[in-house]
Amino acid sequence: MSKADVIEIEGTVVEKLPNAMFKVELENGHEVLAHISGKLRMNYIKILPGDKVTLELSPYDLTKGRIKWREK
Amino acid sequence: MAVSIKSSAEIELMREAGRILAITHDELAKQVKPGMSTLDVDRIGEEIIRSYGCIPSFLNYNGYPASICVSINEEVVHGIPNEHRIIQEDDIVSLDAGVIYKGYHSDAARTLIMPAVSDEVKKLVEVTKQSFFEGIKQAVAGNHIVDIGRAVQKYAESYGYSVVRDLVGHGVGSKLHEEPEVPNFGGLRRGMKLRPGMTIAVEPMINMGVYDVYWEDDDWTVVTMDGMPSAHYENTILITEGEPEILSQAPGIAL
Repeated sequence: MSKADVIEIEGTVVEKLPNAMFKVELENGHEVLAHISGKLRMNYIKILPGDKVTLELSPYDLTKGRIKWREK
Repeated sequence: MAVSIKSSAEIELMREAGRILAITHDELAKQVKPGMSTLDVDRIGEEIIRSYGCIPSFLNYNGYPASICVSINEEVVHGIPNEHRIIQEDDIVSLDAGVIYKGYHSDAARTLIMPAVSDEVKKLVEVTKQSFFEGIKQAVAGNHIVDIGRAVQKYAESYGYSVVRDLVGHGVGSKLHEEPEVPNFGGLRRGMKLRPGMTIAVEPMINMGVYDVYWEDDDWTVVTMDGMPSAHYENTILITEGEPEILSQAPGIAL
């Protein structure tokens, strides 16, 4: 089973964009475009600006990410 | 990094796990036919693994719901078997499986070609398999991790294909995924030096189109961004002073 080569990182949601995409700001100030992971989507978890989230980023494209978890 | 060097006893266990895994793949290759569902494939695979007194490595690994990953055409890896997905005459079907024998894992993958697959796609599958062998030519003590991926990438790209970046091979032992990570492409980082006694899974994932992939909503199935086919080939190998030993093989069964 292949291992996913991703970086797990935390950020804060800045803006909700069309197509369930979000602009997320990382601690270091970088902004990434992220979409919501299937599990969150299937459980109807709402993501709003200001939410602290955990993202998975591909090291080969640091501008895109997947929101894996939202902090309560 | 803490990479484990396996003792002779551990290596013996991994040889046996690999032998049983190779038998499992061989049986699946004989039995998987168009018209079957991917869930049928999983059931057959799990039964074979258990009949040898082993446990499927993947079942419940990080929540994975099956024993065999079944990925078809543009699915790269980690396809979840289900009763509704029926294998078609012109599908390529990548099967990825792992077994645990007395606490030690083996991990291997094969891409099966159904009867009506085009020559063009057949070529992708063959090149993917050969890219593994090109890669392991570099898997000798004294070389670095990057030498393996560089060789895989050079070979696959020479045919115009691309190498998946987001997923990598890995160490194998008493855990399914151990250090180090083994990318299938060369990068800036050399990675660690290969030492005898290391056991790693080298698993090229090669795409006909672009290398970008995305995860489906089930959070497991990986798919090519451009919808073009992808092939996968994997074996667990042991690094020695000389040529690496393929652990996931069995006498009389072609690799």
